[in-house]
Amino acid sequence: MNNIEEKELKSSEEISDDKKVLDDLTSSEYKWGFVTDIESETAAKGLSEDVVRMISKKKNEPEWMTEWRLKAFRYWLKMEEPTWANVHYPKIDYQNISYYSAPKQKPKLNSLDEVDPELLKTFEKLGIPLEEQKFLSGVAVDAVFDSVSVATTFKASLNEKGIIFCSVSEAVKEHPELVKKYLGSVVPYTDNFFAALNAAVFSDGSFVFIPKGVRCPMELSTYFRINTQETGQFERTLIIAEEGAYVSYLEGCTAPIRDTNQLHAAVVELVVLDDAEIKYSTVQNWYPGDKEGKGGIYNFVTKRGACRGKNSKISWTQVETGSAITWKYPSCILQGDNSIGEFYSVAVTNNYQQADTGTKMIHLGKNTKSTVVSKGISAGHSNNSYRGLIKIGKNAEGARNYTQCDSMLMSDRCGAHTFPYIEVENDSAKVEHEATTSKIGEDQIFYLNQRGISTEDAVNMIVNGFCKEVFKELPMEFAVEAQKLLAISLEGSVG
Amino acid sequence: MLSIKNIQANVEGKEILKGINLEVKAGEVHAIMGPNGSGKSTLANVLTGNKSYEVTGGEVLFDGKNLLELDTETRAREGMFLAFQYPVEIPGISNATFLKTALNEIRKYKGEAELTPKQFLEKIKEKAKILGLDETLISRYVNVGFSGGEKKRNEIFQMLMLEPKFVLLDETDSGLDIDALRIVSDGVNIYKNGKNAFLVITHYQRLLNYIQPDFVHVLYKGRIIKSGGKELALELEEKGYDWIKTEEVETENT
Repeated sequence: MNNIEEKELKSSEEISDDKKVLDDLTSSEYKWGFVTDIESETAAKGLSEDVVRMISKKKNEPEWMTEWRLKAFRYWLKMEEPTWANVHYPKIDYQNISYYSAPKQKPKLNSLDEVDPELLKTFEKLGIPLEEQKFLSGVAVDAVFDSVSVATTFKASLNEKGIIFCSVSEAVKEHPELVKKYLGSVVPYTDNFFAALNAAVFSDGSFVFIPKGVRCPMELSTYFRINTQETGQFERTLIIAEEGAYVSYLEGCTAPIRDTNQLHAAVVELVVLDDAEIKYSTVQNWYPGDKEGKGGIYNFVTKRGACRGKNSKISWTQVETGSAITWKYPSCILQGDNSIGEFYSVAVTNNYQQADTGTKMIHLGKNTKSTVVSKGISAGHSNNSYRGLIKIGKNAEGARNYTQCDSMLMSDRCGAHTFPYIEVENDSAKVEHEATTSKIGEDQIFYLNQRGISTEDAVNMIVNGFCKEVFKELPMEFAVEAQKLLAISLEGSVG
Repeated sequence: MLSIKNIQANVEGKEILKGINLEVKAGEVHAIMGPNGSGKSTLANVLTGNKSYEVTGGEVLFDGKNLLELDTETRAREGMFLAFQYPVEIPGISNATFLKTALNEIRKYKGEAELTPKQFLEKIKEKAKILGLDETLISRYVNVGFSGGEKKRNEIFQMLMLEPKFVLLDETDSGLDIDALRIVSDGVNIYKNGKNAFLVITHYQRLLNYIQPDFVHVLYKGRIIKSGGKELALELEEKGYDWIKTEEVETENT
């Protein structure tokens, strides 16, 4: 506990010192674009029942899991790719993607010593030291490389409290009763095209279970990395917080620079029971493509949490700076009475990036509350859309929502769009929506210049100030990283 | 310290300054007065390098350096400070972060070490006290939700923190009640030390009761048409600007 407190103290000094963050910035290039030279086992391109069976077999899955995947696959075949989002891209050839890639390694890893040193080096470059002794800062990490979870640190100390933090593949084998009960219970495979695809071919992801009354003593974190060319990444994350439990979960992602587009279709499911809380933070930094819009990740993600118990709470915080295309709506189903859903988002698009992101807050229980704060920043030729649904059900007596949706434009060629949907079926509900759009102020830049601050630092300051309400929701270390990323993403974008 | 030679400037293609000459030495306080639209604020913006203002002729030397060649932030780091007529709001950035960044940029430029958090805090306390500022102001976002008076006081507070050589006060008295005016003026008078200099831009003589100018210049239609001592300000207060305008017209006609 002491360690954690110390860390927080140190970090709060760090964050108050915006300047230090900005000093660290040296280049506007995508810094995570290296490729790891590692032997991997990659499935031939294409998707069929055989491929689905192969993936399941590779993972030594039980029959029920294989069947679930196949059902999802058959369902997917009948579905159409959605076209309603405000994004444009050439049709994806789903037969031209490899659906499985794993670093070649010994069949079972007992300790980190057995992990390929090249792989460990990659994670070090990304700033994720895997060795447990380095984890004085108190963050437990699950690292997913291409499709496979490579190592989960801190497992032992979490086990003592009854917390399960492992890869989904492992959970399927070790905790089948939990997986059977909750997998697909929030995002069924019938939910949407990409969720069905994910259910059929998902390779790995993180599994977290916090038992009744336990407050997870450290932040849990997953780093996703796509390495192999022309593979898709389909991870699946499932987090369950039992009665009175609490966990803060962080997710980070990067990918190498590639000329071709790569598909990433993840599913995240959260289940929260009575008086429990999950705080889920994402810093999404997939390769965004180059300045001309070539390459980059197609990021089609379904994230949803169910507040099943009374007084339960889910808080989504996301900082989206990467990906060529982002299609993502972390949502909350507020079933339990007095449950709370929150969505804090910063989405940055530059060059030719496109983002269509927002949230859905489905109020079903009485006195349920939701807060949505979305900050969109568009630069270059990019397009940035907020899409949000606030739905108040018939029985959601006394439900309340507050939505604030701000857009900032950095150039004359970019776009900011807002698509709010509000459906209210209960008269006692209160729904508020506020939206603003502004161009970054030349008068603000001049004011900061006149105090000796360079234009680049001034822009970073103004943008960071604009995103403050979201950044303050992030755990300290992540907030610092998010500020850096923002500065890098927008470097040289004003003028 | 500051030598303005025949400066001419356009705003949106319209000629506003038509040749200004002004010499300011260390330790001096100059006041620029003039009716609305005479070019007072343009002069402040030109001196600080606002890109919306186009300099079409003339030269400005600041301690021997060609000021017009420097960008806005370099001028600021050289010691040029503008107390804005309309201070800008920066949501989400605290006064502390803002001032620390600015101060350290200026110190870095001069080859001085950055202040430690403790030194910085002490400096803040000392300067806030001079202006009777509530210290909580320092954690508030830059000018956000500040009253007009608070904004102007914050400008003077920044001046005390950044310790510039040359201070431009652009209509600092506008929107201030008598008490705020006194506090702001006290800040300026305390800061005045014989090594720095001030250019006070004002429409009314009122401010000059508190900040005593050594020289008063009247700006009209982009030119300085009359210069004198502080008694000139009193004369303007009494007679308004019309008599000077008439004088100007007569001079032009002869």
